[in-house]
Formats: sequence, C-alpha cells, structure tokens
Amino acid sequence: MIELKAKTACEGLLPKRVGDMRIEEAEAGQITSIALLEGQAAAVDEALMVTHKLSFPKPNRSTGRAGERLIWSGRGQAFLMGAALAADLSGLAAMTDQSDAWAVVRLEGEQGADVLARLVPVDLRPQNFKRGHTVRTLLGHMTVSITRVGDSSFQIMAFRSMAKTLVHELITAMESLGARG
Amino acid sequence: MRLTCPVCGARDRREFYYMGDAVALQRPSPEASDEVWDDYLHNRDNPAGETRDLWQHEAGCGAWLVVRRNTITHEIYDVTLARDAKQALQEEAEA
Repeated sequence: MIELKAKTACEGLLPKRVGDMRIEEAEAGQITSIALLEGQAAAVDEALMVTHKLSFPKPNRSTGRAGERLIWSGRGQAFLMGAALAADLSGLAAMTDQSDAWAVVRLEGEQGADVLARLVPVDLRPQNFKRGHTVRTLLGHMTVSITRVGDSSFQIMAFRSMAKTLVHELITAMESLGARG
Repeated sequence: MRLTCPVCGARDRREFYYMGDAVALQRPSPEASDEVWDDYLHNRDNPAGETRDLWQHEAGCGAWLVVRRNTITHEIYDVTLARDAKQALQEEAEA
C-alpha cells in the first residue's frame, strides 16, 4: 500500500517577504463551484440566504467574509469558499468540489496593487477595486481569480498545476518593484 | 483595443479569444443543400468596414460574445452576449 502524503499547492514555495510586501498560502478550506442552471438564479439566491445568510454574488463581486465567502467566478457561477455547502441546490445549480484544484495565496502590503499592476490588465487600485470586489482576469498569461479581502490584502487563485508559476510571477514583480525603492 | 463585456465591463483585448465571423450562429439545417453548407463552411466576406465577429471572454467570465466593429476606423459599435444574439435571430426567423 502506497502512503500518500497530503501537500498544499504552495508547500515549499511560500511564505515569502520582499520589503513591506509578503505572500503566503491561504487556508482556503472547502471550495465548491456553484453554476446556476437556466432560470434558477433567484431560487439559488434564496436557498443560500436561508442556509448560509449569503446572497449569490453579482458579477465582479463577492459576499461573506473570511471563513465563509461566495466569490463570483464566471457567468452564472460562484465559488463557496471556507465552508461546506449546506443548501440543497439539486435541480437549481451544478455543484463541483474544487477544494484541491486551486492554489490560493494572499498578497499583503500597501503596495499590493502596484505589484499586481505589473501583471494584471485590470485596475486594482483601491479607488476602483474595493474590499469585496473580485475579477476573473489574467496574471501574466495565466487565468486567475483576484479578490480584495482587505484594505491591503488580495486573495489570488490560480489552477493548482500553475502554483509555481503564480508564485514566481508574484515574487519577480515584488522584487522589481522593491528595487525601484 | 478594449472590449466591453456585457458581464464584466471594459477589459483588455488579451482577455479575449477571437473566433471569426459570427456566421456560426446561423448554422444551416442538416437537410440544407450542399451549396448552402459549402457556403457556410468555406466562404467568408472580407469587408472593409463593419464586421460581426464571435469572441470569447476566455480569461474573464467565459461568455461568448458577438462584437460589431469597423475594420477601417477600429470603432467598436456594440458587444452582445452570443446567446442574446442567437435568440434575436431566432425571433427574427419566427416573425
């Protein structure tokens, strides 16, 4: 019998600190993708409100807080992160468990938006991208989900297979920004 | 170049994948003649002016879009969900 060891997506890669900025792996917990079936948006919203006290997020938005968050992740789709799905959405939405499919990191520091400006073609400065705002976009050539979870804190998710690339891109940007002083 | 996705808002062209003429929304019926299928598969106009193309917001929300733009002035007239464009075509056909 082969003994398999549990390993997080960024094990051995993080945490990393550059100047006042740091990245660390986030404890994402359970991640469930909820994809709305045709015409069921209102019913899903109501079911989530009853069981999780969260509304289904509008595009580019997230609802909830650390430990139980719904993050918009595509057209008619959101990720429930941190908690197991308690609502019975059968017939209303298509659910998939994606808990181990994502590398989830947190970028902390006042210059977070400046770091991401080097990698991401969306304006993530605080005046445009406030706490709870989220985007599906590119980081370099890689698709990601970026959410502002605090005034100086971003959550960045990439496919687990791209964890090393994600960390490499972020550290390179942090270091080149740091070099500018 | 920026496209305004009806779901996500204005985004950089890098986030989008280009699919070509929106003729794919008007697939002929399986019983249509060889000439009709030949035309659908192989013949495309190359207009200097307004084009109607399919794009996908690949790195964003994933939606398929119909983009009307001008190849001379680079003006983008409008961006609609492919689903809505298809529905409009069907309603037009039924009317």
